[in-house]
Amino acid sequence: MSSQDDSPQLYAAREPIFPRRVKGNFRTLKWWLMGVLLGIYYITPWIRWDRGPAMPDQAVLVDIANRRFFFFMIEIWPHEFYFVAGLLIMAGIGLFLFTSAFGRVWCGYACPQTVWTDLFILVERWIEGDRNARVRLHRQTWNGEKVRKYGTKWLVWLLIAVGTGGAWIFYFADAPTLLRDLFTLNAHPAAYITVGILTATTFFFGGFFREQICIYACPWPRIQAAMVDEDTLTVGYRDWRGEPRGKLKKGQLDPAQGDCIDCMACVNVCPMGIDIRDGQQMECITCGLCIDACDEVMDRIGKPRGLIDYLALSDEVRERQGAPAIPVWKHVFRPRTMVYTVLWAGIGIGLIVALFLRTDIDMSISPVRNPTYVVLSDGTIRNAYDIRLRNMSNEPRPFFLSVADAPSIRLTIEGEAGQLVTVPADEQASFRVYLTAPPGIEASRSASTPVRLWASVPGETARIYGETVFNGREQ
Amino acid sequence: MVDQEDKTPENKVTPASRQYPDPKRKLRQEVAKTGHSWDGIEEYDNPMPRWWLWTFYITIAWAVIYWLFYPAWPLVTRATQGILGYDSRAAVVSDIERFNTENQVWFDRLLATDVDAISDDPELQRFAVNAGGSVFRAQCSQCHGTGGAGVQASGFPNLLDDDWLWGGTMDDIHETVRYGIRNEDYPDARWSQMPAFGSDGLLDEGEIDQVVHYVLQMSNQGHDAELATAGEEVFLNNCASCHGESGEGDYFVGAPALNNQVWLYGGSFEAIRHSVYYSRFGVMPGFADRLRDAEIRAVAAYVHQLGGGE
Repeated sequence: MSSQDDSPQLYAAREPIFPRRVKGNFRTLKWWLMGVLLGIYYITPWIRWDRGPAMPDQAVLVDIANRRFFFFMIEIWPHEFYFVAGLLIMAGIGLFLFTSAFGRVWCGYACPQTVWTDLFILVERWIEGDRNARVRLHRQTWNGEKVRKYGTKWLVWLLIAVGTGGAWIFYFADAPTLLRDLFTLNAHPAAYITVGILTATTFFFGGFFREQICIYACPWPRIQAAMVDEDTLTVGYRDWRGEPRGKLKKGQLDPAQGDCIDCMACVNVCPMGIDIRDGQQMECITCGLCIDACDEVMDRIGKPRGLIDYLALSDEVRERQGAPAIPVWKHVFRPRTMVYTVLWAGIGIGLIVALFLRTDIDMSISPVRNPTYVVLSDGTIRNAYDIRLRNMSNEPRPFFLSVADAPSIRLTIEGEAGQLVTVPADEQASFRVYLTAPPGIEASRSASTPVRLWASVPGETARIYGETVFNGREQ
Repeated sequence: MVDQEDKTPENKVTPASRQYPDPKRKLRQEVAKTGHSWDGIEEYDNPMPRWWLWTFYITIAWAVIYWLFYPAWPLVTRATQGILGYDSRAAVVSDIERFNTENQVWFDRLLATDVDAISDDPELQRFAVNAGGSVFRAQCSQCHGTGGAGVQASGFPNLLDDDWLWGGTMDDIHETVRYGIRNEDYPDARWSQMPAFGSDGLLDEGEIDQVVHYVLQMSNQGHDAELATAGEEVFLNNCASCHGESGEGDYFVGAPALNNQVWLYGGSFEAIRHSVYYSRFGVMPGFADRLRDAEIRAVAAYVHQLGGGE
């Protein structure tokens, strides 16, 4: 593959990107967001929340071993997974809402890949200097300075990566205990493996892979195309104002040329390595840094800000015809975003209502169908049911089981003398329950009769029922 | 084709909103072309990222490493073994050994506990029922059914109901599982034999009809009252010694109760007459030599809690 060979190259190496430092509103917003998001990520597992002596006191805990999810005052059991599913759907619709209104704001401001890459670039700048110094260092042959700077940079990256992978596992076990176990080498191998994998991915994705994740690996940018339309705010270049571009001549702008002085500031600050003046393109994560860079230049040459700006495609048509762009809020409040908002809020309200209406006891009934019924020696018909009772409170509680509206059907429990069973605190227990019907009655002579079983806690108002069927001997 | 072209409006204008970016403006970074042209269609040269190529090479290297370490290439008698000597059959064997070792504590506890006291220990009972359930499905379900309901009216007893032939206590069930029933392999197996009243000429046809009607009456089924009355004496003389004077059955000789609603071989006139005429001879194998003692205890505990345990 010599350079003289004029046949096309099948593979191309990555063009390294050295984003320049920039100041401005969007950069400030990104710094704040980075602080808040990293803060949430690192601090959350350390918040304590008292739930009583037998329960974990970690505010947010995904307890996989005991199949519980704790979130402050809320405790989710596996059978209540619809809460998690609902939250995921809300997160999805929330993304649709923000994408249809503001374009790829998730990608540009909140995505972990963006946040950690931003952090890694910050470290890179602290150690190696700004863009020009980094380009120079990149091009120079390996010497003491390069080894020292690159080595320091990689070491700091690695420390951040270890911290990132390390923080992740605290969501899955008691954080103080796990931290001690990690250092005394008593933690479960899965903890070390998880930390290792996440350290490697953070180090590699944040340090070296960066924008390639967004371009080649992430499906979300491809899906987003279905969510943006001509009213969506994206980062755009007012080429009708900027072109034809040209350099300043003797510090003056030629009246025949546009406002773009081709200073490349927008290109140099871009973490994705694109030229926004080519138009909105696949790689753009709409982080707004080119806006900051261009505004700074426009201020300096005495031109109005906004040569590069958040603007909707429909504004372009209007501005080309000399009309002003319509206000941002009119772009944002449109039927599509309203529908997303209503959907999002509807699911949210539904989840909150469901959260307050749920009982702290639960019962599931599965009739034994092998066989469907048993004839006893006196001719009575017996059905068996596997019943699972859940006690979602901090104390062991008795459950009284009964059949509704069928006094002649008798309920007994295998291995128990009466109709009362005890379920330990915050646990579930299974019992085999028998319903026995005398030979004369309708239920024992028809193929299937609906029955309702009640489970109640004596002395409390909590009670719950389940519907099932009684199978008789058809005659 | 011509029709379609005619339908296309010639003066169709692309809306301005679609012209973004302005197509007249030259892009700063023009995408290179390969130089290939087919009927005027040219090909952009968008090379793949080089790391994709490296990923491909790495997967190839991974495959080669895998061949070296794990069984890979099929040969005439068996595949190449690999450096690690991994063998999925050996892995299963070691898994089974591990489970057996882990369960040994429980099996020891089962053996140390009186058979009828297992259910007093809830933990042990839970283990016995689970372990017994898997033994039952492997060893017993062929005749008694996976749910323990037997095969109705075919001589394979239902283990869920409250009617037992040889007794339904833990001790009874345990003994039945150990030695079987009417089983020549075990001298300790319980044994009985009902006479074939018809085929051996012990009763005549009329007496057999009478006693069958008497049994039907005993179990509250449709019967001929006259024949049944006549059958009472036949029953007391020939049957009551094992089945009891009121047909209540006898666990000691495995004689089924005849005065209830559970029938091992069917409760119709024809089925009962067949039983009286030719007799029945149900056999169950013993498991004392086929299962470990602890497994026999476990399966007895499982059967006892199916709903009919006494």
